[in-house]
Amino acid sequence: MNLRIEEHPILVFKKGRKVSFTFGGKKLEGFEGEPIAAALHAAGIRLLRHSPHKDRPRGFFCAIGRCSSCMMEVNGAVNTMTCITPLADGMTVNMQKGHGVIEP
Amino acid sequence: MSRKSEVFVVGGGPAGLSAAIVAAKLGARVLLVDDNPMLGGQLVKQTHRFFGSSARDAGIRGISIAEKLRMEAQAIKKNLVVQLNTSAVGFYGEGEAGILTPERYEKVTYERVIVGTGAVENSLNFENNDLPGIYGAGAVQTLMNVHGIRPGKRILMVGSGNIGLIVSYQLLQAGVEVVGVVEAMPTIGGYLVHASKIRRLGIPIMTGHTIVSANGDLGVTGATLCQLDEKYQRVPNTEFEIICDCICLAVGLSPLIELFQQASCKMVFVPELGGLVPLQDGNMRTSNPRVYVAGDASGIEEATTAILGGRIAGARAFESLHGPSSDAQKIVDDAAGELKSLRSGSTGNRIRWGRERVTQEIASC
Ligand SMILES: Cc1cc2nc3c(=O)[nH]c(=O)nc-3n(C[C@H](O)[C@H](O)[C@H](O)COP(=O)(O)OP(=O)(O)OC[C@H]3O[C@@H](n4cnc5c(N)ncnc54)[C@H](O)[C@@H]3O)c2cc1C
Repeated sequence: MNLRIEEHPILVFKKGRKVSFTFGGKKLEGFEGEPIAAALHAAGIRLLRHSPHKDRPRGFFCAIGRCSSCMMEVNGAVNTMTCITPLADGMTVNMQKGHGVIEP
Repeated sequence: MSRKSEVFVVGGGPAGLSAAIVAAKLGARVLLVDDNPMLGGQLVKQTHRFFGSSARDAGIRGISIAEKLRMEAQAIKKNLVVQLNTSAVGFYGEGEAGILTPERYEKVTYERVIVGTGAVENSLNFENNDLPGIYGAGAVQTLMNVHGIRPGKRILMVGSGNIGLIVSYQLLQAGVEVVGVVEAMPTIGGYLVHASKIRRLGIPIMTGHTIVSANGDLGVTGATLCQLDEKYQRVPNTEFEIICDCICLAVGLSPLIELFQQASCKMVFVPELGGLVPLQDGNMRTSNPRVYVAGDASGIEEATTAILGGRIAGARAFESLHGPSSDAQKIVDDAAGELKSLRSGSTGNRIRWGRERVTQEIASC
């Protein structure tokens, strides 16, 4: 089943243009302006990172940029909150290790 | 760069937006910031018809109330500056705040600040409660009603308060199978109209049950539930598994209060209002005379009361700067009257007790 809602009794969804991005090197498609985590979710990906201490699998939880569960590396920037960061064409999205490393 | 405002409003939900509209219309120079790309706060994802007072939007969908408030704000041509995609990140010294716009970090100076930051969702303790596929009810609404994406195919709802019941119905509308609603209490938490609606559609509401664990390795593949006795203890040998690919937690909200703590506002723990809240008087002023509060940040309630509290805060903040005004007084009197009727009756009991506690203690500090 496609997770994207095609028909809804009350809502119509206005989407941006279709763009492509990569996740772990794999090419995926999503809509410009929707949160990166939402585009990944629609593509069937909900494991976004592993927790720094116990290495537990994590996805997003709050979807409003409060809980930090969805942090990933986007275009090289670690700890990006993907649940509120809009998707743009050509983005490189990767899982990060632990708290991530910032290159000096 | 630094910006000057008389009244600085943090949060563009129903509370902050109403406060900003009132203060600007009365004549104060207002700066409103919200960290989202759109005004409306929680309302932008609420597709159901609201419960509330008939004078104030009962029977209207949340998304339409947001639209109405946005139009009202847009119609104000002077005095109101709205800055979206912008977080208030800290309060410093007297009347200074830092905001983070998409471009830069800026300083804001203000005479009064009205904080309407809303709330964050609670989690719940059970084994594997951090697995991918476990979402707050607000997150499910955001994904589904704002972005048009289903959280999964088969979902388990935890919590039968109004939010759990309403979001279950919204999930059905979006084509998701809801395998059941789990509720620890012996009775359904929310209004019976909402419960009957989803029961008629075949969703079981399991009162006196709890979730023991989420199951799965890299994401949810099911959940184990069990019965609870009248003391909320697990009844041995009653565990059973439900197959689902996601779990929605609708187990309450807590006020978002970091900014009050930075502004040295006295806080008080009131379970009826969702936890720690700033002490406040009937005019929505906190123990720091520059700082007002409105909406869920002042105690978890609902959009209608958030609007009314915001109107009082906006009017009183204006008067504290420009002196008594009969227009402001009328706004306060009308709002206070409506609030009184909304909080009357047995369903308003808890809120009334809670509000008595936050407003009484301020006199003594
Ligand atoms: C599923 C569900 C159903 C509901 N149904 C009803 C109903 O039928 N009737 C009813 O009356 N109520 C209902 N409510 C409750 C209602 O939505 C809330 O009580 C109301 O939205 C609270 O308004 P608010 O302005 O206080 O906060 P919010 O609507 O949460 O708005 C706060 C805003 O402030 C922003 N913000 C927070 N911190 C900062 C910062 N530091 N800088 C900048 N911006 C910030 C947030 O992003 C947000 O946009 C429901 C809630 C839910 C979740």
